[in-house]
Amino acid sequence: MGAMKLWLTADAPDSRWQAQAGQIYAISRSFARNPLAMLGAVIVGLLVLVAMFAPWLAPYSPTGQNLSMRLMPPSAENWLGTDELGRDILSRIIHGSRITLLIVVMVAVISAPLGLLIGAIAGYFGGWTDRVLMAVTDVFLSLPKLIMALAFVAALGAGLQNAIIAIAVTAWPAYARIARAETLTFRNSEFIAAVQLQGASNMRIIGLHVLPLCMSSTIIRVTLDMAGIILTAAGLGFLGLGAQPPLPEWGAMISRGRSFILDQWWVATMPGLAIIIISLGFCFLGDGLRDVLDPRQRDGR
Amino acid sequence: MNPALHVENLFVRYGRVDVVKGVSFSVAKGKSYALVGESGSGKSTILRAIVGMAPDWRGKTLIDGETQVAYGNLDFARHCQMVFQDPYASLHPRRTVDATLLEPLKIHGIGGGSAKVADMLEAVGLDRRFRYRFPHQLSGGQRQRVAIARALMLEPHLLLLDEPTSALDVSVQAEILNLLVRLRQERGLTYLLVTHSLPVVSFLCDRLGVLRQGGMVEQAGIEVLREGTFAKPYAQELYASSLGAGDRARQKSLPMAPETEKDV
Amino acid sequence: MSAPLLQLRNLRVSFSGPRGPVDVVKGVSFDLGRERLGIVGESGSGKSLTGRALLRLLKPPARVTIDRLVFDGMDLPSLNERQMRAVRGARISLVMQDPKYSLNPVMTIGVQIAEALRLHEKLPRREIHARVCDMLEQVRIDDPQHVMKLYPHQVSGGMGQRVMIAMMLIPQPDILIADEPTSALDVSVQAQVLDLIEQMILKNGMGLILISHDLELVARYCDRVLVMRQGEVVEELAADQLHAARHPYTKGLLAAVPRMNETRTVLPVMDRSEVYET
Repeated sequence: MGAMKLWLTADAPDSRWQAQAGQIYAISRSFARNPLAMLGAVIVGLLVLVAMFAPWLAPYSPTGQNLSMRLMPPSAENWLGTDELGRDILSRIIHGSRITLLIVVMVAVISAPLGLLIGAIAGYFGGWTDRVLMAVTDVFLSLPKLIMALAFVAALGAGLQNAIIAIAVTAWPAYARIARAETLTFRNSEFIAAVQLQGASNMRIIGLHVLPLCMSSTIIRVTLDMAGIILTAAGLGFLGLGAQPPLPEWGAMISRGRSFILDQWWVATMPGLAIIIISLGFCFLGDGLRDVLDPRQRDGR
Repeated sequence: MNPALHVENLFVRYGRVDVVKGVSFSVAKGKSYALVGESGSGKSTILRAIVGMAPDWRGKTLIDGETQVAYGNLDFARHCQMVFQDPYASLHPRRTVDATLLEPLKIHGIGGGSAKVADMLEAVGLDRRFRYRFPHQLSGGQRQRVAIARALMLEPHLLLLDEPTSALDVSVQAEILNLLVRLRQERGLTYLLVTHSLPVVSFLCDRLGVLRQGGMVEQAGIEVLREGTFAKPYAQELYASSLGAGDRARQKSLPMAPETEKDV
Repeated sequence: MSAPLLQLRNLRVSFSGPRGPVDVVKGVSFDLGRERLGIVGESGSGKSLTGRALLRLLKPPARVTIDRLVFDGMDLPSLNERQMRAVRGARISLVMQDPKYSLNPVMTIGVQIAEALRLHEKLPRREIHARVCDMLEQVRIDDPQHVMKLYPHQVSGGMGQRVMIAMMLIPQPDILIADEPTSALDVSVQAQVLDLIEQMILKNGMGLILISHDLELVARYCDRVLVMRQGEVVEELAADQLHAARHPYTKGLLAAVPRMNETRTVLPVMDRSEVYET
């Protein structure tokens, strides 16, 4: 172990891959020293595990109705109680984690790179490119997210996939704005001029030199948006345009539980708690990632 | 033989104002030419126009006797590179020294990068333990060495130096100046230096052009600078105010202590 | 001879680093009378921190310990923040490097200078205006009435630095600390600004601490020079004894500067193997 550590923290690495391994080691070490980031990683990791092994973890079927057990409070048999159709809420939350994870990951995977790219291109080229792209971005930004998502789903048809596409389409403008603002701060800096002078193509400069510098602020923003994404998906579900019943989508579960919130609080509260915990997990994780991904911050710790 | 760089009647315009007004000069191969002047004299703008970074310019710039389509042109990049003023702003903060030096080779599809980077680090006097460091882990002088190494990776003949030592401490400045002199000898480079410091010109260059408000006031050989015998009053004035206290002190005839009597 | 105007003994400044506290100023002591003292050093020598510590401007995470800091009979470390404010500006002023960053961009020059005066003295409006005008004239600004109405971005660097000097001198302090007052300026303007500082100091009989990286410049404008390196004073010299410097660091600094009539092909370089940081 000692030799390994010496090799990883070598002052003068012999090869590129030793240097990279050393960097990864430094990143994980500083990550491990950040308790909130670790908590976030544990929560998100648990979510992934639960989603993977949902059928084995859930005590009951997520859709199995039992009308004689309607709206039962939390008990030894149903840890988190049952809903209006007598379905076990714990089982539904466990199965719902798959849907939540799918929505969150798909939206992030679609909208963050799209926004980053549009913002970086606008900021890098400036002039007319910037004006046109930002005008489009502003149009999207100025419309309320849920309304726009509704419009898209109405056009594309109801369903989980279309809900994901609709949310992604509404989420990218914020990332584009951030990426553009970041790009503008170093667009005229000498290190960009230096690669331009070396003959690098614009796409290479944007991809390899501009985007990496926009990443950290976007990562933060994406993780902070996670809660919003989950809730937008829930809103669509509530209107019958997102995940369709009987899919155990968390947002839809809250909407259904709304009618019983005063007498049977657990029906809406339990999936709500799940959303809060997962959102917090993503926030902590994102905060930690930002510090860790920036080599300057990393050394400061 | 064509000069390494020939600039003829260069005008550069920012907005509605000409900041460079009809400047002409040539730099012979293997020589080192300095553009000096105070802020607002347009000296940095001329460099930017040569590499195509100034938006609106007219006139003629020939490199090795040929007009070059500059900026982002691969051929141009192999002929001419630039070292920037601020070593803190000219290196990408998220890239290691290694990645920064490899980038030009990757852009040009040149192989054998790893060995070339190692050679170049040695050539600019950087220990190999700095190879995988990030810029913030280096001192100002070390960063400027990296910037010089980056400019030389493509083995250009012409190096444009934009105040390469003005952000550095004097002792570090001496190291970088020595390095530039040595590299020029070893590689037969041609330098175009922009600076406000005449002593640096005296050490590094063969000829200089004095600029004022975008126009060329006087061009002269380095002997003229060393002896302080400029023909034009403005050039002589600049010379006089640049004469450091040290230079005055070395001429023993001038007193070191201020002439005014001490106030007690 | 009475006690010196300012007496500093064993100033230490440290920051906490990843491997424990790092001393950046390690025991600096000096006395200052109504004279001109230069502090010279390269970046990281602690020269600017020394200047700031005198005014107690260093805030945590910097840790400052001083055995003795007496100014005009006042023990500065024991003053409370309000008493300290009365010293700062009114009795000891600080001129900083770049006028662009030290002037408030949304206030006219006249208002800013008047503000500096008003903070320390209660005067009627008319008199303030007259004093500001007079002060601007003293720093050789030709048309003070006009310049007073300008905003900082409307004046050149040299003019801005003169305005800074006017602002610092108007409360008539006893000591002026000038931290690289001219490094952001063109050479021809540098000399003007330094000549101006010199004249004002001599005229008002003040003490000056000129902090700079330029040994020869400091030697030219000061009576005494302290050479600092890595938080320590390595040599103290009378300014006219510069060529007789003994310490290898001072000699190295002097030799490393290229001369106007340069005939060396290689500049001497200091051996910094011992100071290499990782």
